[in-house]
Amino acid sequence: MVHASTRQRRALALLSRIRELGIIGFGLLLVVAVTMHSPRFLSFDNFSEIALDVAILLIVAVGQMMVVITGGIDLSVGSGLALSGMIVGMTYKHGAAIHPIIALLMGALIGLILGSVNGVLVSKGKVPPIITTLGTMSMYRGMTFIVSRGAWVNAHEMPASFIGLARGAVLGVPNLILIAALVFVGFWFFMSHSKPGREIYAVGGNSEAARLAGINVDRIKFMVYAVTGLLYGMSAVLWVSRYASAQSDSASGFELSTVAAVVIGGVSTFGGTGRITGVLFGALLLGIIENALNVMQISPFWKLGIEGLVIILAVVLDELIARSVQQSIARVRGAERGDHREISIQALP
Amino acid sequence: MITARSLFRRFLRQWEWTLVLLLVLVFAINSRLSPHFLDLRNLLDSTLHFTEKGIIALSMTLVVISGNIDLSVASTMAMSAAVMGVAYRGGVAMWLAVLLCLATGMCGGLFNGLVITRFKLPAIVVTLGSYSLFRGIAYVLLGNKAITGYPYQFAELGQGYLGQTPVPNQLVIFAVLAVVFGMLLHRTTFGRFIYAMGNNEATCRYSGVPVDRIKLILFTLSGLMSSFAAVLLTSRIYSTRPNIAQGFELEVVTAVVLGGVTITGGSGNMLGVVLSLFLIGFARFGMSLLNIPGQVMTVVIGALLIVAILLPRMLSQIADRAEGQSV
Repeated sequence: MVHASTRQRRALALLSRIRELGIIGFGLLLVVAVTMHSPRFLSFDNFSEIALDVAILLIVAVGQMMVVITGGIDLSVGSGLALSGMIVGMTYKHGAAIHPIIALLMGALIGLILGSVNGVLVSKGKVPPIITTLGTMSMYRGMTFIVSRGAWVNAHEMPASFIGLARGAVLGVPNLILIAALVFVGFWFFMSHSKPGREIYAVGGNSEAARLAGINVDRIKFMVYAVTGLLYGMSAVLWVSRYASAQSDSASGFELSTVAAVVIGGVSTFGGTGRITGVLFGALLLGIIENALNVMQISPFWKLGIEGLVIILAVVLDELIARSVQQSIARVRGAERGDHREISIQALP
Repeated sequence: MITARSLFRRFLRQWEWTLVLLLVLVFAINSRLSPHFLDLRNLLDSTLHFTEKGIIALSMTLVVISGNIDLSVASTMAMSAAVMGVAYRGGVAMWLAVLLCLATGMCGGLFNGLVITRFKLPAIVVTLGSYSLFRGIAYVLLGNKAITGYPYQFAELGQGYLGQTPVPNQLVIFAVLAVVFGMLLHRTTFGRFIYAMGNNEATCRYSGVPVDRIKLILFTLSGLMSSFAAVLLTSRIYSTRPNIAQGFELEVVTAVVLGGVTITGGSGNMLGVVLSLFLIGFARFGMSLLNIPGQVMTVVIGALLIVAILLPRMLSQIADRAEGQSV
């Protein structure tokens, strides 16, 4: 048995590597195909544009990843982002010239509060994540309208220093990419080398076993939603700064992009597995697809449909790969034990 | 003391009575606040704002009781309405366009069902994907344009009234469908299977219940009802845009959950859902008479969804604690 489980673990590690290689391969293929169609796609300028687009998506997708690993989902990230961004924008509109860093902290704090509401409802209230965040999705969106009374906050109402937050650069590296890289490295370490990070996987893998092992499941669940809130609150400020406007319908549908990045990245929607590197590749692939649509002058209306299709394809592909891996394990095990019974697919750890 | 508490608990379990009480409360408050609320014609007309969602809620009730969820209903509406609009503009007869619309909805639902059953994937994820896919198809078909100018008779369906009475056609259609779905859920083997699946799908499989086939039927039905709602909506507002019915899935799920259907499946009934539809509908109507803006209502509906799940759980916990102390 020890033998088999080692092999199983190896197979699962292989699985996530196959997934990531698959995404990279597909991404490269896409880049080659689009470049052949319109050569200006493969330019430094265009790729830094993609990186800038992906930066904000990646920051929020990291939060979404943690939530999905616990077996939940956060559909409120788009409206939460809009609300946090709008409150910061309104602060500027009303003439408070706060320092951009303070604005960033303020956004993060607002996001933290919004995320904590989800966290409390899911962990203490035992309201299913999909219901909680479907509810807060419309509440936060409605509140964005109420806060702004439907008006926009425009570029001329924001100080130049604030707009420089997302558009500036340190030693030639754009701030946005710098911040996204910091978040990525920080959370890579958090997920793979810290106790609470590992506990997130444990809770998603089997919450009852995690509880019996002495993990405070409620606290972990609360944490992932709260941290996601913090991340989208921070992203909201970067968003408003980058596009130099806060609108009441900002980031609508953004929750789907984050779910897509996470699911393409190989995070299982059953919870318990998934790697942050996969999410990075997922977000990059989405960025490349969206940019390719622009470059090839395909109607932006396709974006929504393609995103949905990609989500479905990714989960179907995952299931098929998992099945074939499972079957080969079953075959090896069967050969060891001398029987050839098929092992059910749901038994995948 | 204990009897009073157990009565209270029984009352809680009889969720429909709570809903009736809330409905009476809404009527009382609204008729005090606005003299126009208790007008029969007004009240009947106000049902037009929720019978389309109500029709989807009927099939959503079955889907949720079976332990699944369909988040793509509003996008299915948009997609099938877009197909109908494009077909009609392309010169297809109206009745054929309507049939195409229904067929599109069924195909959408069948697609969801096939992906969910063939690959053993959670309904939430698959329908979240098609939520975006179907809406995207609607946008691709229509771009940013609206299609109008449907034949005059077509408007009768969604805007007309039953004979000389002030009862809207839509309300009659909804009532008939509610009875049909109620019978299907509560009086047939198929309905019992749905409850059994929601309680324990694995047991059902081992007991020979055709789980996959039932799921396939339920999702196809959900697509069909969504496209039927799309026909009614198009007929009522007399135009098709790719962004119609945005957020309907939220309101439909809210109505189902507020109606006492457990979100994890296995329990709930049709009467509760119908009551909660009227409750939400009349509450909204009251708010609109008071000129409360739509965005505030969105906040209220979102909060209602969460409270609908949170409240019964908290109340029964309190009752439990009180009972524990008195023993």
